[in-house]
This record gives sequence, structure tokens and C-alpha cells, in this order.
Amino acid sequence: MSRPRRSADVIVIGGGIHGCSTALHCALRGLSVILIEKDHAGRHASGVNAGGVRQLARHVAEIPLSNTSMAIWHGIAELVEDDCGFTSDGQVLVAENEADLAGCRARVEDLNLRGFHHEEMIDARELREIVPAVSETCPGGVISRRDGAAIPLRATQAFKRKASEMGATIREGVKVTKVERDGANWRVVTDAGDFFSPRIVNAAGAWADRIAADLGEPVPLEVIAPMLMVTAPMPAFIKPVVILRGRKLSFKQFGNGTVLIGGGYLGRAIRDENRTILDWGKLATNAKTVWDLFPIMRGAPILRAWAGIEARMPDDLPCFGPSARHEGVYHQFGFSAHGFQLGPGAGAVMAEIIATGHSNVPIDGLDIARFAQAS
Amino acid sequence: MKPLTEIGQLAEHYDLAVVGAGPAGLSAAARASELGLAVLLVDENPEPGGQIYRSITTTPVTDRAVLGVDYWRGADLVARLKRSAAAYAARCTVWSIAPDVESDGASFEIGLSLDGRARLITAGQVILATGAQERPFPIPGWTLPGVMTAGAAQIALKSSAIVPKGRTVIAGCGPLLYLLAGQLAAAGAEIVAVLDTTPRRNWPAALGALPDFLRSPYLAKGLKLMAKARRSLRFLGGVTSLAVEGSGRLSTIRFERGGASESIACDTLLLHQGVIPSVNLSNAAGCAHEFDTVQHCWVPQLDDWFASSVPGIAIAGDGAGIGGAESAALRGEIAALDSARRLGRITIAERDNHAAPIRTALGRTLRGRRFLDLLYKPATQFLAPIVDDTIICRCEEVTAGQVRDAAKRLGVTGPNQMKAFLRCGMGPCQGRLCGPTVVELIAETRGTTPAEVGYYRLRPPVKPVTLAELASLPQSEAAVKAVVR
Amino acid sequence: MFRPMSDAKSAATLSFSFDGRPLIGRDGDTVAASLLANGVDVCRETPVSGAPRAPYCLMGVCFECLVVIDGVGNRQGCMVPLRDGMTIETQHGRRQPEEMQG
Repeated sequence: MSRPRRSADVIVIGGGIHGCSTALHCALRGLSVILIEKDHAGRHASGVNAGGVRQLARHVAEIPLSNTSMAIWHGIAELVEDDCGFTSDGQVLVAENEADLAGCRARVEDLNLRGFHHEEMIDARELREIVPAVSETCPGGVISRRDGAAIPLRATQAFKRKASEMGATIREGVKVTKVERDGANWRVVTDAGDFFSPRIVNAAGAWADRIAADLGEPVPLEVIAPMLMVTAPMPAFIKPVVILRGRKLSFKQFGNGTVLIGGGYLGRAIRDENRTILDWGKLATNAKTVWDLFPIMRGAPILRAWAGIEARMPDDLPCFGPSARHEGVYHQFGFSAHGFQLGPGAGAVMAEIIATGHSNVPIDGLDIARFAQAS
Repeated sequence: MKPLTEIGQLAEHYDLAVVGAGPAGLSAAARASELGLAVLLVDENPEPGGQIYRSITTTPVTDRAVLGVDYWRGADLVARLKRSAAAYAARCTVWSIAPDVESDGASFEIGLSLDGRARLITAGQVILATGAQERPFPIPGWTLPGVMTAGAAQIALKSSAIVPKGRTVIAGCGPLLYLLAGQLAAAGAEIVAVLDTTPRRNWPAALGALPDFLRSPYLAKGLKLMAKARRSLRFLGGVTSLAVEGSGRLSTIRFERGGASESIACDTLLLHQGVIPSVNLSNAAGCAHEFDTVQHCWVPQLDDWFASSVPGIAIAGDGAGIGGAESAALRGEIAALDSARRLGRITIAERDNHAAPIRTALGRTLRGRRFLDLLYKPATQFLAPIVDDTIICRCEEVTAGQVRDAAKRLGVTGPNQMKAFLRCGMGPCQGRLCGPTVVELIAETRGTTPAEVGYYRLRPPVKPVTLAELASLPQSEAAVKAVVR
Repeated sequence: MFRPMSDAKSAATLSFSFDGRPLIGRDGDTVAASLLANGVDVCRETPVSGAPRAPYCLMGVCFECLVVIDGVGNRQGCMVPLRDGMTIETQHGRRQPEEMQG
């Protein structure tokens, strides 16, 4: 075996779906890439999230990235030679009462005015056609028809595999301890020696604030542990992913009958130990919501519950784009528990920015500079 | 003893929760209670005794010779618990153990279910005495009705006094195989053959540990059992492959010995190749584990007092590494003494004094174990099945070939990643029946060791809990607040 | 596939049904043991391929003895004591919603 590569055009720190996607897209543009991951690709948020591939109910600032991503998801197998378990049966936001429904309507009208048409209102009749199991009292909702779900770890690893095939060097089990200037390069100090590159991408997820702090760009990143649970196979009764407007719920039945229940209830994250502690009280509330909405689920055995370690920003929006302070530094973190769908597209846009200096996909509002005064 | 039959009868908090009412749990609970601790002993079976002393208080087997003197010793352990003040909840399943966030980790939050109702209680200390399970024995056709573990037949005998009907074949290796063959024969089962898979090449490695074995209590006992079984039963040694045949149910066991293929028509096949610690609860509770190359299984990392890497959780009995029933009871006592010390009920000196004679006895009961471990280490082909079509994850019906392919072609390096590709370990048994095999297959394919490959990260609930049970958990204030973010 | 030992202690008998068939069991036995003693070979079909399965470990580890007891599915037969009048049914593989309600 030849000596491991120590320098490249780009070093990506973090092997989540974002890091792997950026590494792949950089490699596709002919750049040499080293990706450094402290555990294995997809070990944290990217591997254990709910797998929702959703444009529905996104913050306006994220919609262009999300749209770019969705186009890639619909051809994912051609890009990474693995379908990533992606299925597209739509996602539905259920309004549980008239007030919820009015909120939905205002949102869709606003999107239409901005030129986005992926979200559509549906009435009670159509809601029950699409989601027959839903409780009788729900007056309607919003649908995003091209949305769906994928298998998170499989998808992340597919991006890693493809990046590696395209020539990227993937270093798993290597921990970055420090990032510093070294002449024209950045020196990335790790427990497996130093790496050098004129460009670095900070895609370190829940650990990205430490890299940012090294670079003199501290951010108010909160480490969170959103909880999920999955049931034994149930009779097939629902196709689209269902989320609620009022209460916290995300609900998805897979083709094998198992049902994934989430919604953003938080456990406790202990990031330095790669560990989370579940909060059964909150999971009970989550279960109660399902109990109310889907009577068919009441006897379902819950087989596993878990939480991933993720980064959340105070405004629930990622830090995405060039550094505000340094040439050759790019940030791609803080996706605040909804970054999985964005991964494929964000990687493409990031690689474009790195390679060409700009992208036509607007990323206004995601600049790390927005935290400069606060910290 | 205070029997608890409804979940509402459990207290909010105990000094010590002991999980599992086999020899280790019974002794731990009794000893801790005698030391003045408020103890809860929970066990998911209807009666105390664990698997080795299964149904010791209720067994319908009347002829004491059938199960042997060692079995009936279990009655003393149950009697001691009954004399104690410990609370005992039968048919109660522990599905989660985690640091209690509200007490800032000073105690543990324990999720339990009984009769379809769930509860969360707390305990200052925890002793896991969840024992062992039989090592998976994946051979072609082992999922067909008619194939069971040898342990299952033993449980049916002890708890219900029933024996397999018709022609029965027992296959595998390990000391328990001889014990069981003898018990079933004594109970009147028609055992047409015992197929011994003990690899002949284990002998050289085992011989080094022979001197200790010769001075051990196993020797006389083991020889007697073996001699008795061998005298009365048809033993076929040197079996190197096994495959179950039948359409819809077992009809024939096909096997190879000495390079020749043979088959026996039978109604029941009982499989056994040793026991391994049940690690699901300890793993999900965050205790560190390591691969024991002698016993060839994952065991929790423990100190001299059986304390795990999670302060406050101790692991006693076969769950701490296979040692057998007598050592399990002694390990339970030692763990209980340390729990009392951690709770400040006894001093370090008192703990050490109480423990000294128990340690001496423990040393005696464990002597000779290494010889058995080395001699009965299963053959590679029964740990990582050669035939690619062999199902290795019974829940999700994943085959050995699929695991090999994912490890090779997709570069999957560990069992947790394997889950995302094949769903192995994601069914209701939570990897109990496939974990060791998946690890073995990945290690083999990637040319590494089980220790390097690692094991599943297990998730609570370690036993399924229904949505309705969870939804009816008393709601905490924090949970209600969380709805309004 | 199992039969009682000749000199087992006698116990009260319980009536129960399996897939509508009336059966007699012994007080003190688990559901899985009673099924085995009654010659029941198959207690469930897998959700993946529909393959037949029977109790395998009898100690709560393998989840092969899952059955429907009094209308509630996914119960571990080896962990549930038999009760008089129990309605036990084969746990079928993946079903359609209408079967679930039936």
C-alpha cells in the first residue's frame, strides 16, 4: 500500500451525509479530497435520523438548497449507485383543527407569492384518501408530493463509497483536534498526524462549533438529541410521511410494515462520550399523540428507541457557505435536525462554490456571519 | 419476601434493583435485604429460579432423579429469598435502565412492564443478573418447526413435565448437552442419537487447562453424567456439518462425520453449542463489553466486585461471564455486598470481611471452567455458517451469504452498519439470535477478529413495550412542556 | 410434538382455543408449552416471507413463539401463563388493515 495522502485540494472535516456529499461533488469536479471522520461515516445524526426526504414545511431560506437536493434525490441511484432506500410517497402536514388549517393556508399562499409551488393545500376528503387511518376530526392539511424517505446510514455510506471510488481519500476513525493556518495552507491536526490543504470544509455536525472556535468564528451551537422509536411490522395502512402542524409528530410506515415515530422530542446528548440518554416521559407524550391520531397503532410493539447527536442553531437554520473571516474556509453545519434531505444538494452547491467561487442557488440567510455580533 | 403482583404496588424508589431471579439474582436480593437495603427483585418469568432452577417451586416433575440433585439445590436459594424482606415482582419485564436525569445521575430510572402496564421507578443501585442464553447455532433449516434449542426442551421438562414426542436427535457440544441428554432420557424421551460436534482439534489447547480441571468439582460430576449418557445413548462423535431437511417442518437431520454424509429421520432436533452471557440489557444500559477469546463471547467489563463501567450497575451470574449456577449465586452475594458499601450501609472493611469466604468458595467453583471452555469451543463452521443460504437473522430472514456480500462488496465494517443494509438485528429479538453470528461473519470476511468488529449497540426498550403501554406512562411536567416549544 | 411424562404431578385443567380449535391445558403451563403439549406445530408466520415458525428457545430470547392472545398480537407465548378461556391464534405474517380489525 502506498503512503496515506497528507495533502489535497480540499479537506472535509466530518463524515455525515453533508461531508460525504461535499467530498463526492468535489471529487466529481476533479478536486483531490481528504475526508476526515472521527468515528465512521454516518455514525451520528446522518445515520440515525428519521430519514425524511422533505421539502414540506421548510424555512424559506432553505428552500433553494432543498429544491436542488430534491432533484438529486429523485436520481440518487444514478449518482451513487445505490437507491439509498429512497421512496417517494409524499409528505403530508396534518392540521388537527381549523386554526391549524388557517395557518397552513397562510403558509402556502406566502410560498406561492415567492414562486414556490411544491406545497399544496388538501381538504379533509383528500386527506382521508391519502391517509385513511387519520382521525376523523382533522379538517385538512398540506401535501408535498415529491417528498419521501430514505435509509439514512445506507445513504450516507453510499455517498462515502462513491466519493472514495471517485478518488477521495476517506479517513474514518481519525479525530481532528485542531485547525490552524500554515502558510498558504490550513493545517488540520489529528490523532493520526497533520493534514494540509488550502481549503477546508467544516461539516463536523454537533462538533462543528469547536472547529469554528479554532477559526475565531465562535457560534452559539446547541447539541441536541432528537429521539425516535420504531415498531414491529404493522399491517400496511399509510404511505406518505405524516407530520403535524400543532403537536410534535413525524410518522412514517416503511414498506416492510415497521413504523417510525419521531417529531423532535429531545433526549440528553453527551457528545464527548458519543452517548445519549432517552427521556421516556417525552416519548410517552409522543406515543400518546400517535395513540390519539392512529387508533390502529395502539397495540403496536415498540422495538427500539434512540436519539442521534445533532447541532441546532438558535434560529434553526444551518451555517452554510464561505467563512466570514478566512479565505479557503467553508462552513456546512448546524442543520438543526432537518439536514438529511439537504445533504445531496448542499454538497453539490458547496463543491460549486469551492470550485468556482459562486453558485446560482441562493444561500442568503445561512451565512455564519449572522452570529458574529451575538458571540 | 413481599410478592408484588401489580405494577402499581411497586414503590417509587428502591435502594437496589436486582434484575433476574436466577441463582445470582436470588442471592443478591436476599443478601442485600439481609443487610438492610430496600430491595426490588424483578423477573419476567412466572416463578423464581431462572433457567437453571426453572420452576423449582412448582415443577410437576415428581421423580427427583430425573432432574438430578443439583437442580433441587435451587430450593434453598428461593427459601432464603422468601425469608428476606425483599420485594419480588414476577412476570415483570425491565425494558430500560438509564441514569435518572432528574436526580442528576445519582440514581437510575428503570422502565418496567407487568400485565400490559408500564411504569418508571428509580433505584440507587442496580445488579443485573440476567444470566445466559444459548449460543446461536445457525445451520441450514434451523428455522423449521421441529427444531428447538436443547435448553428449550429442558425448560419444558422442568416447568411442564413434558418431553419431545417421537424420535428425538440432540446435536452440538458442551457439558450441558450431556446433562440434558441424560435428563430427557430419564424422563422417557426417545433419543435416537446424540450428534457430538466437539471439534477434535480442541483437545491440544484444552489439555493445558487439564490439571485444574482434575482438581475441580466438575470432574466427578461431569464424568458421571457423560458416562451415564454414553452408556445408554447412541453417541456419534466428530460431526462436522449439520443440515435440517423437511418441507414445512423437520423430517430429517443430515450430517457429516469422517467425510461421509449420513442422515437420521426424526421428529424433534435439539440444538446446543454452549451458553453465552445475555448482554442486551447491560449493553443498552451503556456498560462496556469486551470479547472473551476463551469463552468466545462478549462479556461485560467488570472489576473484582462485578461493578460495570457504569458506576452503580453491577453484573452478577452468568451474565458476567459463564461460570455456572453455583458460582452465579456466589457472585450475586459479592455484588450485593458492594452495593451495600456503595450505599454507605457497610464499610469497606465489613464488605471485605464478608466477601472473603465467598471469594474462596467462588475460586473453587470456577476451577476447571477453562478446560471446559477450551474443549467445547464450537467449530468455526457452526459459528459462521459455510452454506450461504443459511438464515442467520431469524427475525428478518437474513442469510449468511447476504452478510458476507455486504461486508465484502459494500465494505460494511461493523454490525451496526450492517443493520442499515440488511436489517439484521432489527426484528423483535433485537439481535439476540443473530448478533454473535453477524460479528463472526464480518470478522471472517474482512480477515479480522470479533473484538475488532465490535457488537451491536443495543437500544431500549430491550424487550418490546406496546405503544399503549408507553402512552399511558404517567406524564412528567417536562414532557408536557416539551409539547409547547 | 411434546407429550407429558408418565408420572407428572397432576394439575387443574384449563380450556382454551387455538385458531378456534378447543384444547385442554394444564394450570401452571405457559401458552407456548400448552401449544407444544397439544401437538401444535406452527404458531406464527414470519412477516418477511410468511415462513412457518414454532417455539424455539422457550425462555423469552428468540421471539419465535409470538401469537395473538385474546385479540392482542405479538405476545411471547413462552412468557404468558395459560388462563382458562384464552383465545389463542396463529400470528400471521404481514397483513392488510381489514384483517387487523377483523
